[in-house]
Amino acid sequence: MAEPKNTDVLFDPVFKNNPIALQVLGICSALAVTTRLDKAIVMSLAVIFVVACSNAAVAALRHYIPTSIRIIVQMTIISSLVILVDLFLQAFIPKIADELSVFVGLIITNCIVMGRAEGFAMKNGPLVSFLDGIGNGLGYSVILLVVGFFRELFGSGTLLGYTIFPLVGDGGWYVRNGIMLTPPSAFFIIGLFIWALRTWKPDQIETE
Amino acid sequence: MSAENDTSDAPALDGGTDATAPGGGARLQPNTVSGTLIVATTLCLVCSLLVSGGAVLLRPRIEVNKLLKKQRNVLIAAGLFDTATNTDADIPGLFENVETVLVNLPGRTDAGELDAGDGGAGQLNGDMDVDTYDPRKAAKDPKQSVTIPGDLDQAGIKRRERVAAAYVVKSEDGKVSQIVLPVYGKGLWSTLYGFLALKSDDVTDMPVTGITFYEHAETPGLGGEVDNPKWKAQWSGKELLSDKGLPILDVTKPGQANAENEVDGMSGATITSNGVEGLVNYWLGPDGFGPFLDRYREGKVDFTAENPTQ
Repeated sequence: MAEPKNTDVLFDPVFKNNPIALQVLGICSALAVTTRLDKAIVMSLAVIFVVACSNAAVAALRHYIPTSIRIIVQMTIISSLVILVDLFLQAFIPKIADELSVFVGLIITNCIVMGRAEGFAMKNGPLVSFLDGIGNGLGYSVILLVVGFFRELFGSGTLLGYTIFPLVGDGGWYVRNGIMLTPPSAFFIIGLFIWALRTWKPDQIETE
Repeated sequence: MSAENDTSDAPALDGGTDATAPGGGARLQPNTVSGTLIVATTLCLVCSLLVSGGAVLLRPRIEVNKLLKKQRNVLIAAGLFDTATNTDADIPGLFENVETVLVNLPGRTDAGELDAGDGGAGQLNGDMDVDTYDPRKAAKDPKQSVTIPGDLDQAGIKRRERVAAAYVVKSEDGKVSQIVLPVYGKGLWSTLYGFLALKSDDVTDMPVTGITFYEHAETPGLGGEVDNPKWKAQWSGKELLSDKGLPILDVTKPGQANAENEVDGMSGATITSNGVEGLVNYWLGPDGFGPFLDRYREGKVDFTAENPTQ
């Protein structure tokens, strides 16, 4: 396990060890923020930023963090970053920030962020932890973008706000699929994604 | 995959008490009481500096965004802002014709009953500062709000502010052409917040010019259709006040609205539709803006007065 691991650390979580598809972490927000693709993109970027920076910060401080309060220390770092992200979104893209509302704040409790801080950054150097954070953020993003793509396309007939399927209500032909706009559809899409992923990489199937 | 692949030269921290800081010397022992306290205090200080620094830097922008959002929605309700063609840069110019006023809503007598008469209900409030007053905050503050008796509470909000903000749209000759009123109330899942614009130069009928809901969490595709422009378009021209000035909006089943006071409900969203009916009727009614609208129709409201308290 020598030099090539930086790229492994960066890209493994995308398909090989995806935090949502394989570890089934952090799916709560994947249900809530994926009704539209633009919301999914902003949320993805926010999570990538938080998990990468919190990983780097925790890794840099790991020799100074007392074991007895390490979870609190990690939470403090993560929360500070999330508040900064939330303020930033409110200041620069207020419309999307309004719609993401509490879910930006809930990145604090996203198991992926905590999981990487405790499981990886406490044992590794800052740079590799930073890459691990980006990688896991990307893994989360892939799912969010796939789910957001299908939900917006079939639920609203649009992508990033541009009409793809004209809706019947606006004089087109497409009858919107209402379930796509409600959270259960995200479960279905994540399920189908996991199925497709495991057909492609059979080694992810758990042995009985 | 997250096995031991530590590349740095410092010893890993395995929960032992002999953790040494990188750099060799045992300057800081994190796993002692004093070490824990030092780390915790330093971390809290640094983090709070970061967060408060960010807040101070970004606060002005956030405030501007909030103001723009409110102004945009007032303009949308009044039909002066087209989301397809106008941008946020147009808002300050468009809003120049809009004046914000504060309106006293009916208070409560000592017995807790509606005090619609001499409590100043329906009069403009000249004592408070329009720019800093926040009705949303006031609605939660026991001193600045009143409880709503159950039989009056069509909006399902239990409390409301004593003083509400209203927006007066003036035409080019300075005449008041529309009055935009904030309305809010419960739908199915959430409180809907919106603005209702009434054409005010037609004093007898005061037909609706537009309605908009800018904040809600109703089911997308069902109750969420309250912000569908197609659904909102049918409100234009509806007359929601009876000859006596009482609100008579009826949100019917979808496709059954015929009369001037009827609006088609949204299909699959009976509770949201009823919520909209209730909240609009509440805010136009005797415990909402009713007294203000009555006074306006009688010609007693003077928007130009320096100190409008009469």
